Amino acid sequence: MLDAKIPSGPLAEKWNKHKFDLKLVNPSNKRKYDIIVVGTGLAGASAAASLAELGYNVKAFCFQDSPRRAHSIAAQGGINAAKNYPNDGDSVFRLFYDTIKGGDYRSREGNVYRLAEVSVNIIDQCVAQGVPFAREYGGLLDNRSFGGAQVSRTFYARGQTGQQLLLGAYSALNRQINLGKVKMYTRSEMLDVVTVDGKAQGIITRNLIDGTVETHAGHAVLLCTGGYGNVFYLSTNAMGSNVTAAWRAHKRGAYMANPCYTQIHPTCIPVSGDHQSKLTLMSESLRNDGRVWAPKTVELAQKIQKGEIKAIDLKEDERDYFLERKYPSFGNLVPRDVASRNAKQVCDEGRGVGKTGLAVYLDFADSIKRLGEDTVAAKYGNLFDMYRQITDENPYKLPMRIYPAVHYTMGGLWVDYNLMTSIPGLYALGEANFSDHGANRLGASALMQGLADGYFVIPYTLGDYLAKIGPAPIDANRPEFAKVKSEVEDRIKTLLSLRGNKTVDEYHRDLGKIMWEYCGMSRDAEGLKKAKGMISELRADFWKNVIVLGENEEVNQSLEKAGRVADFLELGELMIDDALNRDESCGGHFREEYQTPEGEALRNDDDFAYVAAWAYQGDNMPEELHKEQLEFENVKLTQRSYK
Amino acid sequence: MSGNMNLTLKVWRQKNSSTSGKFVTYKAPEISPDMSFLEMLDVVNEGLVKKSEDPIQFDHDCREGICGMCSLVINGEPHGPKRATTTCQLHMRSFNDGDTIVIEPWRASAFPVVKDLAVDRSSFDRIQQAGGYVSIGTGGVPDANEIAIPKVIADEAFNSATCIGCGACVAACKNASAMLFVSAKISQYAMLPQGQPERYARAEAMVLQMDDEGFGGCTNTYACEAQCPKEIKVTNIARMNREFFNAEFIKG
Repeated sequence: MLDAKIPSGPLAEKWNKHKFDLKLVNPSNKRKYDIIVVGTGLAGASAAASLAELGYNVKAFCFQDSPRRAHSIAAQGGINAAKNYPNDGDSVFRLFYDTIKGGDYRSREGNVYRLAEVSVNIIDQCVAQGVPFAREYGGLLDNRSFGGAQVSRTFYARGQTGQQLLLGAYSALNRQINLGKVKMYTRSEMLDVVTVDGKAQGIITRNLIDGTVETHAGHAVLLCTGGYGNVFYLSTNAMGSNVTAAWRAHKRGAYMANPCYTQIHPTCIPVSGDHQSKLTLMSESLRNDGRVWAPKTVELAQKIQKGEIKAIDLKEDERDYFLERKYPSFGNLVPRDVASRNAKQVCDEGRGVGKTGLAVYLDFADSIKRLGEDTVAAKYGNLFDMYRQITDENPYKLPMRIYPAVHYTMGGLWVDYNLMTSIPGLYALGEANFSDHGANRLGASALMQGLADGYFVIPYTLGDYLAKIGPAPIDANRPEFAKVKSEVEDRIKTLLSLRGNKTVDEYHRDLGKIMWEYCGMSRDAEGLKKAKGMISELRADFWKNVIVLGENEEVNQSLEKAGRVADFLELGELMIDDALNRDESCGGHFREEYQTPEGEALRNDDDFAYVAAWAYQGDNMPEELHKEQLEFENVKLTQRSYK
Repeated sequence: MSGNMNLTLKVWRQKNSSTSGKFVTYKAPEISPDMSFLEMLDVVNEGLVKKSEDPIQFDHDCREGICGMCSLVINGEPHGPKRATTTCQLHMRSFNDGDTIVIEPWRASAFPVVKDLAVDRSSFDRIQQAGGYVSIGTGGVPDANEIAIPKVIADEAFNSATCIGCGACVAACKNASAMLFVSAKISQYAMLPQGQPERYARAEAMVLQMDDEGFGGCTNTYACEAQCPKEIKVTNIARMNREFFNAEFIKG
């Protein structure tokens, strides 16, 4: 059994008590410690800035050309906080409760309560930095209800909350760079982690401009490298988002937890053809006023697919508003996993729309009739424009077409309450860890978790470890560094020697299709077993027939992509093992064999109320499963119902 | 919806910052009007890789118009022909069958070419590092609602804050001036109460860093505003000039 080191005592006092129990580093000793932060999204930038402010020397790394480009920037909707400014009954406990329930009771009470507790500090911090949140005419902050929450606790900045929060963290980071406390390495990709006597003491990076393989030593390493949604090839992630840093750490001993928990977001713009490189999300706030429907019959759907008739030609009684029909009380506002699965079912029945038949309608006609086009435009204008830009269709006149897409990965590196992985000195923050969202993440809580980890958790918990190991300098001349460096160089050489006949993107696309088909919105044992074989064959083929052009000592996109896809090919198989192991349905993990008579996810709390943490055992060896039992002392486990 | 297109591309190829570059012509056959501009380049690159030719390097990441990483001067216009649109959100239906499309990197001495169409914009980061922040640490700040900000001011500051730092303003300017970019950040803080304590020191530090990086001055052609994918207004530049002037004045 894994120990998450959750502090004892009443839920509401755990974090406070723990903060007192943690050891402190003497202020004059802090400058003797070097901290490595990989990734500069919300978690990484906020952690790097906050640790540098405390006095530690920080080295921060990102693969993009600037720390401001990290994919946190693309978050649209908002950030939750239990401020209760609207006086509508919110509280830390209610945010905690909603998050635990939304995660389908597969997250830790202690972590989630802490997240809800520090959520209020995040908003204060961001406002003090000059983040321009939406305001009321009285000058105070505006809140909205988001993702079906019963209270208005979401702070937002038009449709670009992620960009504004990231620019706030980036500004704090810039201040520390200017003060000389952070050294920033852009266009640098972490390719491995170095452990000495079982502790993380450094990383190996590749300079993406000239190919130099570099060694960096530090007293601790923080991975803030985001999620692995691009294992599906098509996702709402940025093109460069990848699992390599986390996967390399996994292969050095860090457990990977619940990798099969992935979130499929219901309101994305459908695929238009084989050239598609990524999917674009539209904020789920659209479901507040849009009605989801599909044609009632396959015949009508086929006519639409062929372009013989349009959506607006269908009469009311020829339309099936399937979410409103099946879930009369929540209607179009059911959680993400439920909305996504229902859209897929409708399309699987042959009632999908669009050329491909892989879409359902999101219709604003009623709202426009009720509120007027101007009001609808004021609320959703930017999203309607974006939709029009991409599809060349006018959503004020024709219903939008939407389809679910991979959006977020709840799984990630296993961490304890201090955010430390199973390798001492190696931490994981933000989407890169697994700890707070259980089997399904609620809207507007990813930004909250990234910033909570970086601003308010790691500055406390890291000090405890540093105080224990002491400030003696880390010696980068130890043989362990040279050994890992040469392994990284060998792998680069091997990749560059592959001059087969299939491009990296072709392999990535093939992997994505297998993952989406067999390990996507719904899974079953038979399909998962089949997919496992397919991936293993694909991986073997990759190492024989992939084309990797050019040399190491140059900008080389072939090489960069090949390294990342090679890691996705290994991760994919572990996700399938995890999905096969979990003989239940919960949140985003829906196993066809385990559902209620109404078709809802059916949990098995007796046997599966645990975190599945996988330990790497060597190439082509089955991974070892470690379990962390989840204890629920403050909430009662119930069957989610949105009827 | 029209059928697929056959296009000719004239693409700037340059191995690295220390070599000179040249235009190379490529065919882009069977391009769907539903593709984004970058997906069209992906297709061309797949073809190049299959022939063991070096793919065209270009910067891109989020492909939803917000990260600011994509660039490209397309037929002489930064981010191409559509207003208020980044290259990643430009779709091929904006072009016609048989077109020849000229694709170049941002051209400015403060943005040296990294490879082909990718340039080094770290000068932008250094300007932000010089003063683009409020000097507060984590924790110990007042409750968020203790700072009331009139909605009109908050909205105006927001308009400045929407800059994505792509550098199109520099590429559009005949002087390669970065004033629209720098003034957007200076304006955001100059308008907000949180920015007041360091208002003038910030303006001075950021402007001096901008000059050190080798960006040109502004001669009021407004090309930057016309090409900005986020429609940042040149009024920010007027505000920056006033802030910078006041900074000198206040120093005495």
